[in-house]
Amino acid sequence: MKHESARGHVTGSAIYTDEQRVPERVLRLYPVQAKLAHARILGIDASAALAMPGVLHVLTARDVPGVNDTGPILHDEPLIPADEVSYHGQALAWVVAEDEEIARRAAARVRVELEPLPAILSIDAAIAAQRFHLPPSRIVHGDVDAALSAAPHRLSGEVRSGAQDHFYLETHSSWAYVDVDGLVQVTSSTQHPSETQATVAHVLGLPANRVVCRCLRMGGGFGGKETQANAFAALAALAATLTGRPAGIQLPRSLDMQLTGKRHPFLGRFEVGFDDDGRLLGLRADLVSDGGWSCDLSPPVLLRALVHIDNAYHYPAAEITGRIAKTHLPSNTAFRGFGGPQGMLIGEEILDRVARHLGLPPHLVRERNFYAEGQLTPYGQPVDDSEIRPVWDEVRRLAGFDMRWTERAAFNAASTDRKRGLAITPVKFGISFNKTEYNQAGALVHLYTDGSVQLNHGGTEMGQGLHTKMIVVAARSLGIDPARIRVMPTATDKVPNTSATAASSGADMNGQAVRAACETLKARLADVAAARLACAATDIEFADDQARFAGDPARAIGFVDLVRAAYAARVSLSATGYYRTPVIHWDPVALRGHPFYYFAYGAAVAEVEVDGRTGVHRLLRVDIVHDVGHSLAEAIDLGQIEGGFVQGLGWLSCEEVVHGQDGRLLTDAPSTYKIPTVKDVPEAFSVHLHERTKAPRAQVIGGSKAVGEPPLMLALAVREALRDAVAAFGQGGAVELASPATPEAIYRAIRQAQGRPLS
Amino acid sequence: MDDTTFLLNGEPRSLAAADPNQSLLRWLRGLRLTGTKEGCGDGDCGACTVALLEPAGPHWRAVNACLLPLGALPGREVWTVEGLASGDRLHPVQQALVDTAGSQCGYCTPGFVMSLAVAHAEGELAGHGCDAAIEGNLCRCTGYRPIRKAAQRLAAEPVAEDGLARRRQGPAAPLAGACLGAFESPTTLADALAAKVARPQAQWIAGATDVGVALSRGERPAGGSIALDRIAELQVLEIGADAVRIGAGVPLARLERELAGVFPALDDLLPWFAARQVKNRATLGGNLGSASPIGDLLPWLLALDAVIELAGPGGRRVQPADGYILGYRKTARQDEELVVAVRVPRHGGIEAGYKVAKRQADDISIVAAVYRIELDDARRVRLARLAYGGVAATPVRARAVEDLLLGREWNADTIETAAQSLEAAFTPLDDHRASAAYRRALCGELFRRFAEERVQRAGGAFLSAKDAKNAKEAS
Repeated sequence: MKHESARGHVTGSAIYTDEQRVPERVLRLYPVQAKLAHARILGIDASAALAMPGVLHVLTARDVPGVNDTGPILHDEPLIPADEVSYHGQALAWVVAEDEEIARRAAARVRVELEPLPAILSIDAAIAAQRFHLPPSRIVHGDVDAALSAAPHRLSGEVRSGAQDHFYLETHSSWAYVDVDGLVQVTSSTQHPSETQATVAHVLGLPANRVVCRCLRMGGGFGGKETQANAFAALAALAATLTGRPAGIQLPRSLDMQLTGKRHPFLGRFEVGFDDDGRLLGLRADLVSDGGWSCDLSPPVLLRALVHIDNAYHYPAAEITGRIAKTHLPSNTAFRGFGGPQGMLIGEEILDRVARHLGLPPHLVRERNFYAEGQLTPYGQPVDDSEIRPVWDEVRRLAGFDMRWTERAAFNAASTDRKRGLAITPVKFGISFNKTEYNQAGALVHLYTDGSVQLNHGGTEMGQGLHTKMIVVAARSLGIDPARIRVMPTATDKVPNTSATAASSGADMNGQAVRAACETLKARLADVAAARLACAATDIEFADDQARFAGDPARAIGFVDLVRAAYAARVSLSATGYYRTPVIHWDPVALRGHPFYYFAYGAAVAEVEVDGRTGVHRLLRVDIVHDVGHSLAEAIDLGQIEGGFVQGLGWLSCEEVVHGQDGRLLTDAPSTYKIPTVKDVPEAFSVHLHERTKAPRAQVIGGSKAVGEPPLMLALAVREALRDAVAAFGQGGAVELASPATPEAIYRAIRQAQGRPLS
Repeated sequence: MDDTTFLLNGEPRSLAAADPNQSLLRWLRGLRLTGTKEGCGDGDCGACTVALLEPAGPHWRAVNACLLPLGALPGREVWTVEGLASGDRLHPVQQALVDTAGSQCGYCTPGFVMSLAVAHAEGELAGHGCDAAIEGNLCRCTGYRPIRKAAQRLAAEPVAEDGLARRRQGPAAPLAGACLGAFESPTTLADALAAKVARPQAQWIAGATDVGVALSRGERPAGGSIALDRIAELQVLEIGADAVRIGAGVPLARLERELAGVFPALDDLLPWFAARQVKNRATLGGNLGSASPIGDLLPWLLALDAVIELAGPGGRRVQPADGYILGYRKTARQDEELVVAVRVPRHGGIEAGYKVAKRQADDISIVAAVYRIELDDARRVRLARLAYGGVAATPVRARAVEDLLLGREWNADTIETAAQSLEAAFTPLDDHRASAAYRRALCGELFRRFAEERVQRAGGAFLSAKDAKNAKEAS
């Protein structure tokens, strides 16, 4: 099954938010940005801008008729700040003008008077000032003090991971108009239309039933449009309401990078106890993320880091604490993996340090610590139906790991200034939103009398192929040709109160809802078919575009005829479907429970060659085995695995977000912020879907498993391979490698390993 | 067709009412030809890639529509993604991307389609051509593997009988001069110089890959523009036995193709220099004219003792590359002067170019270095050129270390002494690309690498550039 929009993509005819044909000219918004990271707003004078031809309005906090807030969890995020600047580049006002050019020039004429205030611009500065969002979160499992003091070996250390810009190719985009009935119609590049609708409504002071939000498709999301689209939609809607004309925003790239949050940087400090064989006995970890100026989704991101530091490894005792630094930087947000990658990076760092401390091969220490079936995670969920070991063994064999482990040692013995590193790392990733209430989904399916089908569901399409998978689900359920099915743009007036398309849950949850709607329709159609075919409804099966008597496939009625017959018999041809994820529960105070319906598993082998003179590396080969259960669409799942891996590779190697001493983002364009190109991806890049011996125990749609986020963390194999190569330059001991592992970071780590640190 | 018309997908389009400084990208999208996407507006993502016909040949070249001002277009021919499919039948490039699942979100896809369609039409996908064709296109979804696979499949397929192919078999008519508003495109050097005398405030534009970024961000030249991309004299590339004369308007992609094997250091650098779409428009003259401090070719010109030919209203003169750049975006060129050509001598000796960046492909250098060494029969250094970019406000030679090397025997002590001196030779800055300490270290480390890889493997003896290249290939 190809991506449902593949032809539209390659011909350029697939339409995105900013490309809809609108009869009227759409006004454009452009921000007036703060040039300080923290300041008191003394005054905003827009008179010069308002005097320019083509300028209709300059939006300030005073213009907000409803609640001036877009915070998804805490109400700490003014849409337009009234009195305080919270980060460099923050929009203090928005010019509304006939086109972007005029709006931009007018924005430069708005005079802003600010009184500078001291700014906190790093995790360390926030810790020093004790400036955090919310009290600490702590997971406690067993007696950590006892476990650590009884451990034959103890190590402590620190590791940091960097931010990451989403760099979706389509920047944030929203437009809105007020229709003749007074409804506010919003089209937004958003992963969460229901929350966008709710935000627009309360900013405008309207009930939700006066706002409709649609998402056609996104040119990439990756979490960056989970909450952060809401503000741009609200601004467009506010401008449309005030001017009576359609108004929209499509952010130029640099503004998108300056105004929106990134993947949270983390600081992790740990103390670990282990025995002579490298078996983990206890862990105390203290994580601090950089939340930025407002809370946004930082609490659940932090939580996911806390519950993924264990990755695939069992700790008999653990105490894992997390805090969110409150800084004067853009508000960091969801990004594929949602804290999981940051937690696992720290976890893999620990495993490697334990191995190197003992002089054992890291892969040996890793596999010795895999969860055994049924063992408990630090948050109390048993790891069952585990595929860690099979996936690990499969990729180890396919990659020829054991032979290459020896070969790399031979290469390194013969080479002084270039070294090779090889590593294998596992991924265990929890599937479900940590917050239980988000784990529900809806669908709405219409059959038309010509046999065509309109499929609505609550999920959004951002390239991940969700719509395609939903077509597969509906076609399988109804036994019809997928070509009959048209997926409609996601819209809050079709399926209400939806969850964000996030947490890898889109296909799992919406798939079950779509299936439920189709099953309802099928039950109605089966009655009609049974009457026609003179058999029991329970004996009707749907396949090959027809309904037929299971006992005699020759007794059949075509799907179109059946739908017409149902209409004639006055049977409803429209149905909703609903799903809530079973099993899961979570205690948000004790931070214990069973937050995940199941775990996704994968493993990767990566080999690198590092130039000791420059720190530049080449990724030589990657092998991946990932468990997607019974795939709904193999090409799409492979694409998620490969794309997720390369995105993780970027986070861990070339992508570096840098702020100046004044808090200004210095890397705000692709000329300064470098995501991987084709040349960073090895020709030897082999991805296999795990060959399961048994179906997954969890009852996921079609026996499939979620695939959106987990593969990103397979890229940790590259980081660990780099560490292995760096170690080969030294005399043993810990390898302190910064993340991202830029050429400079690797060069510094090599110099450190050689005992001649670069000052 | 009048003189403000260009051909878009084979159809004439008038630009009479257009702003010559507006980018082709914004103009296309304004006409609801939205297949061409804006991913960055800076020429760094390739989502806006279109095909531009280069009249010599003729050949199609992939270029960034965001960096192409409309003023450059009259008389030209452009092909966009909308022009590829015929009815319901997809172009082979499009079909290949559908078959390999090469699109996910689809926003970068039209740019990849155009890069591949051009490379396919021009027969450039063989060998390493697949990656080279798409190195300037960013994709955030797929991880590139299916796109690379589509490219490899296309490499084995015959060229499509499409509009691109038909036009390519057409006449190689040189471009006439053009003028759209205050955007003038003369065809002779004399006309260009006269235009500048008439409008002293006008800015020169070569390939517009630097100026185009400013235009794309809304900056407007107060005095209009004089484009240099239609002047035949600037397109000359003469490969002589002793020197190569590179016309100031020769795109870098042409240098990469036509000078392959001539200058080892250039072969080292050009594959890592900018994206394909930028190399198809950017020129050596533009690099020298704008004197951007990040130009990786300027150290090369310093190391090779190149000479710059300038022309002005008062006549022509030559200026050694060494001494041409005076400061940050300040050169010995007078504003009314033009770079006509650069004469690069073909030396004996051993030369090599190095570049270290955060991302190796298409990124601005942290440090770029070009070295040239000649040794005599006694293995003493007869000549040394050690040129760097990224370590000062301008590209610069490490003269003190060059002097230190002169006359010394080329041995481990000399190499190490020089390397350590190079580490202390400059006072670079800390910035978002790298720390000063790392830059200083690279100054020495790249020299050590040069000594190990090029000089030692070349036997350490006096070698011609050609021998050095053979030695490089043998290694």
